[in-house]
Amino acid sequence: MNHFIDLTLNGIANGAIYAALGLSLVIIYQATRVVNFAQPALALIAVYLAYAVYLATGSYWTGFAVALASGTLMGVLAERLLIRPVHGRSPLSAIIVTLGLLLALQGAAGMVWGNGDYSFPYPMDFRGRFSPAGAFGLGAVAVVTLLLFALYRFTPLGLRMRAAALHPESARLSGVRVGLMLTAGWGIASAIGALAGMLAAPPFLSPNALDAVFVYGIAAAVLGGLESPFGAVAGGLLLGVGLSYVSGYAGPELTTLAALAILVVVLSVRPDGLFTRPVARKV
Amino acid sequence: MASSLRRKQAPAAATARASARRGPAGLWNSLPVLPRHLLAALAALALVAVLTSVTDGLTALRVANVGYYLLAVAGLQLLVGFSGQISLGNGAFMFIGAYTTALMVLYTPMAPLAVVMLAAVAAGCLAGMLVGAATARLHGPYLAGATLALAVGLPAVALRFPDLLGGSNGLFFSLRGAPPALSGLVSDSQWKALVVWFVVLLALVVLATTSRGRLGRRMRAIRDDEAAAATAGIPVGRTKVVAFVISAGCGSLAGACQAYLLGTATPSSFTLALSLSLLAALVLGGLGSLWGALWGALALVYLELAGEELAHAMGLGSNVANNAPVVFFGVILIVIVMAWPLGVQGALSRLGRSLRGR
Repeated sequence: MNHFIDLTLNGIANGAIYAALGLSLVIIYQATRVVNFAQPALALIAVYLAYAVYLATGSYWTGFAVALASGTLMGVLAERLLIRPVHGRSPLSAIIVTLGLLLALQGAAGMVWGNGDYSFPYPMDFRGRFSPAGAFGLGAVAVVTLLLFALYRFTPLGLRMRAAALHPESARLSGVRVGLMLTAGWGIASAIGALAGMLAAPPFLSPNALDAVFVYGIAAAVLGGLESPFGAVAGGLLLGVGLSYVSGYAGPELTTLAALAILVVVLSVRPDGLFTRPVARKV
Repeated sequence: MASSLRRKQAPAAATARASARRGPAGLWNSLPVLPRHLLAALAALALVAVLTSVTDGLTALRVANVGYYLLAVAGLQLLVGFSGQISLGNGAFMFIGAYTTALMVLYTPMAPLAVVMLAAVAAGCLAGMLVGAATARLHGPYLAGATLALAVGLPAVALRFPDLLGGSNGLFFSLRGAPPALSGLVSDSQWKALVVWFVVLLALVVLATTSRGRLGRRMRAIRDDEAAAATAGIPVGRTKVVAFVISAGCGSLAGACQAYLLGTATPSSFTLALSLSLLAALVLGGLGSLWGALWGALALVYLELAGEELAHAMGLGSNVANNAPVVFFGVILIVIVMAWPLGVQGALSRLGRSLRGR
């Protein structure tokens, strides 16, 4: 029973990270109908920069701020320079561009920092049953979710962003700068992605450190239906707890396959995820 | 459907084709599809034989590498280019093929190579059927996400069962090289290159013939408009699963060829980067044509080589040299999609058309 409780708590802490990455994918998907496969690479570069700053200044929190800022900047640049030109072409084009960016950035990280592992610090003490580090991760993701909710629900910027995503033409006619809103969405999403990277990277940082977490993040987003931020958070927590049981009782090597199994089972019941309404299509 | 349209639109082209029927090209075109593909495969095999006999063993190995990459990319072409389903997980099917080969060689040493290869195809097709059936209702990003999990998750199985699958070191085995009767004529690596290309070309004949036939037409109809295809009576779900099965079988056979060449099967050769590189090669070569797979496979082998040589020549460290091919592929993917969306094959066919038009 004790083991079970440990696994559950551990799963919730991990699930918060998956939820954050899922959130960052969902925000971009909502805005531009693109699954940003480059998200782990953007986060990876942000985390490496944070690590460099941490080594130079000795302050974890300066590094943390640098990660969020550089993540935002990279998201904005990626949207402006790479995604905008293929906007409106086949969905495959955008997927391939983000995959290209993933390969290029991951390789670039290996070029600059090598393929080896660096020991990467936790924000707080990570020992114990529900460690301060785990609680910090969960709290950070909860705060981000609430802020996002408030942004979309109560601020003019959020309203414009939703309008630009739902009806770009009508939004443009009403004076919303649609392009700027899409860029803002990418910036916010990449900042959240960088946060997820900072939470996921410890104890070791390497160019492939975020691969598995990314698979779980995309699984969380897909479970939630890719269009619902709430769904991504719920999907992330569910997945975190489920995978924690698999890892604890069947072996940690099988977690990725278990994620695939959960994905397939859920999607075969609801092909568009748990939290989306089915859409009718005219032929 | 497309050919009938073209015939209606261009009677001039039809008369041109009728006049061409008198020459050798006309004779070629009047052959049925299957013998035509078999003859082309025979010619390609002869070309490979000449190529490997005039070059050294290392080149023969590279030629063989091109062969199995060609098969893997061609299988992906059928899935992505023809049936319009995106898969980020074809490296996982190569994993299945390589490990099936290794296990067969280790535990049933008497089985001939053909049986081993067939077993690899069967294992790949079975896995493809499972994955395809499980994901047949998914599309676009949902399918990409599921296959991504497959690509990352499956190689970890080798770590979970180290006794059977050898853990992170993988499995090692030795295979016979050239038959003793030919030992003076061909070296082991030349013989292996020939065997790989024989297998690959046989599989390509099957692929090319299916994609020209009813199944290929159905796939393209589904790719272009799923709802319209369903309305026209095409069994959408079944066709999609069949595309997955064929593609997985090709990937698995490619993995088997790789294991046959190297004599090893290790989980670290089937990373996510492999699956993504296969997709990159496909896009670089050109979506929608099997020729595109050839250009993609050549790029996979020789661009990697060029990147490493360039990094060494410029005296850059091993960090740069190891990662140069990956960065290069990433950049090329982006550039191709932005500037040249039809890939090498698209550019070649446009060139060919403009030459013929003159």
